[in-house]
Amino acid sequence: MTDTVPDSLAAARPPQSQWRNVWDQYKTHRGALWGMGFFLFVVLAVLLGPYLWTIDAQYIDIRARNQGPSLSHPFGTDQLGRDTLARMLSGGRVSMFVGMTAMLLALLLGTLVGVVAGYFKRLDGPLMRLTDLFLALPLLPLLLVIIMLFRDTLRSAFGPETGIFILIVFVIGITSWMQTARIVRGDVLALKEREFVIASRSIGTPSRRMISRHILPNVLSPITVSATLGIANAIITESALSFLGLGFPSDFPTWGRLLFDSTDYLQQYPERVLWPGLAISLTVLSVNYIGDGLRDALDPRIRGR
Amino acid sequence: MLNYTIRRLLLAIPTLIAISLIIFLLLDLAPSDPTANLPLTIPPEVREKIRQSLGIGDPIYIRYLLWCKQFFVNEPLNILEQVFGWDFGGDRLRVLSWQTRSPVVDLIVQRMPQTLWVVGMSYIVGVLIAVPIGIYSAYKQYSWFDQAGTFVSMVGFSVPTFFTGVLMIVIFSVWLGWFPSIYDTTHVVTDWQSFVFQVRQMAMPVFVLALFNAAQISRFMRASMLDNLNLDYVRTARAKGMKERTVLLVHVLRNSLIPVVTVIALGVPQVFGGAIITEQVFKVNGLGQLLIIAIQGGDLPTVQTLTFIFAVLIILFNLIADVLYGILDPRIRYD
Repeated sequence: MTDTVPDSLAAARPPQSQWRNVWDQYKTHRGALWGMGFFLFVVLAVLLGPYLWTIDAQYIDIRARNQGPSLSHPFGTDQLGRDTLARMLSGGRVSMFVGMTAMLLALLLGTLVGVVAGYFKRLDGPLMRLTDLFLALPLLPLLLVIIMLFRDTLRSAFGPETGIFILIVFVIGITSWMQTARIVRGDVLALKEREFVIASRSIGTPSRRMISRHILPNVLSPITVSATLGIANAIITESALSFLGLGFPSDFPTWGRLLFDSTDYLQQYPERVLWPGLAISLTVLSVNYIGDGLRDALDPRIRGR
Repeated sequence: MLNYTIRRLLLAIPTLIAISLIIFLLLDLAPSDPTANLPLTIPPEVREKIRQSLGIGDPIYIRYLLWCKQFFVNEPLNILEQVFGWDFGGDRLRVLSWQTRSPVVDLIVQRMPQTLWVVGMSYIVGVLIAVPIGIYSAYKQYSWFDQAGTFVSMVGFSVPTFFTGVLMIVIFSVWLGWFPSIYDTTHVVTDWQSFVFQVRQMAMPVFVLALFNAAQISRFMRASMLDNLNLDYVRTARAKGMKERTVLLVHVLRNSLIPVVTVIALGVPQVFGGAIITEQVFKVNGLGQLLIIAIQGGDLPTVQTLTFIFAVLIILFNLIADVLYGILDPRIRYD
C-alpha cells in the first residue's frame, strides 16, 4: 500500500534536481514572481540608471527649481533645481546597498550565534539569554540614541558619508540578528539528533567540518528566508531613521531622506513625496513577496503537494 | 501558575538590571555634552561648575547606583505620595530633565494621555478590524476575500507608516481638506462640537497605525483559525448537528484566539516604539516626540528614563503574554 503510491508518482515524473523542484514551486506563486521581477528591475535601475540618466544628482540648477514633470526632468525638480529622477536613482543605490549590507551583517551574526548555541550545548544558555536580552531592548529608541551620540565621532573619523554609512549599517545589523539566531538554533538542535549527523560524529568528524559540511547546508533555507525579510527590515529601518532626520545628510540622499525633505513642501508640491515613498513601499513589498514564495518553495512539505 | 508567575517575575529582575546598565553605559560613554548648547560667552570655569552641579564629575559606578536609586526608590515613592497623598518625609532627589529642569516623571505624565489616546485607540481599532477579517479569510480560504485580505495585509506591513501617514495628509488634508494635518494637543473636549473636532484630528493617526497593526494581527488570526479548522473536534461539533455559526464562532474561535491574544499582548510595547514615527508625522506631542526632542537636545536623564520605560514595557508584556497563554490554554503547564 505505502509502496505503490510513490512508485506511480515516480513513473509520472522524471527525476529532477532539488533546485529545479524549488524553482517549479516558486513559479506557482504569482506574487513572488512579480516581486522578483520588480526587485531585479530596481536593482538594475539603481546600478545602471546613473549611467543612462547622466544628469548629476548633486547638480544645482536654481533657475529650474520646483518644476513639475517634463521631458528634461521626468520626475520634476526639487527646491534647488536638482533632478528628482537622478536623486531617486542615486538615493536608491544607497538605500539598497545599506539594506543588503545590514542584512548580510545581521545574517552573519544570527547564523553564528544560532549555530554555536545550537551545536555547543555549554554555550546554549548564555547565548540564548543574550538573544532574549537583545529582544527586550527597545530598538527604535536605542537606534536613535546610538546614532545621535556617535554620529559626529564617526563622521570626523571616516568622512561624512562613509561614517554615517558604517554607523547605520552597524546599528541595523547589530539590532536585527535575533530572529535569525532563534530560528537557526531551533533547526540545528533538531538536526543534531538526526541519524546522518550521529553517523558522521561516530566516524570522528571534527566539529568544524561537521558544521560546515552537515549543519550549514541544511539550515540554508531558513537563512535564505530570513535574508529576504532582513533586507525589507533594513530598508524600512534606514528610511525611518532618515525620516526622523537622524540618517543620511541631505546632500547624500536615500529614499527615506528624499521623503523627509519632501514633507517640508507637502502643502505646495504634494506629489513630490510620492516617488520616494512608492519606491520604498514597492521594494519592500516585492522583497516580502519573494520571502513568501521562497518560504513555500524551500519547505519540502509544501513543495511535494 | 502562581509559582510560574513568581519565577518569571524574579527572572525579569536580572534582565532589567542588565538593560538599565546597557542604557546607562551607552549614554554615559557617548561623547555628548549637555553644556554644549549653552552660550559660548560662559567662561570655562563656570561651565565646569555647571557640569559639576549636573553630577558629571563622579566615578561611573557611583553615578549608576545613584541613577538606580533615583529611578527605583525615589520616583516610585514620589508617585505614591502624589497618588495617595501620603507623606514619607525626607527630601528626595528627583530625576531632572536637563532641558526643562523639571522632573522627568512629570514630563512623562504630561505626555502620556496623548500617546495613550492615539496609540491605544489605534491598537484597539486594529484588533477589532483584524479579528473578523482573519476569521472570515480562514473560513473562506483562497476565496477572493482571502486573496484580497492577504494582499492588503502584505501592503499593510510593507508600506512604512511614515509613507502612509504622509500620503493620508496629502489626500485628506491637502486635497480634500477633511481632517487637520496637525494634532492639536491643547484641545479640550467640552461639548459635541469639540468632540467632533477631537475625533477628526485623531482619525488619521489612528487609521495609519490601525492599518499597520491590523495587517499583522489578521495574518496571525487567519493562520491560527486554519490550524484549528481541520481538527477532529470541529468535525465532531458539526457531526453533532451544531449550527455552522456556533461551530465557527464558539468552538473554533475560542481555541484560535489563544495564540492571537499572546501576539496582541506582545505587540503592545512595539506599538509604543513604532508610534514615535507616527507621532512625528502628525505632530502629536506624545512620548515619542518627547524622546526625539530629548535626543536632539542631548538631555540624558529624559532619554535614559524613556528608553528604560520602553524596556520595562517590553519585559512586562512578554510576561503577561506568557502568563495569559498558560491561563487560556489549560493544556500548557509550565511547572
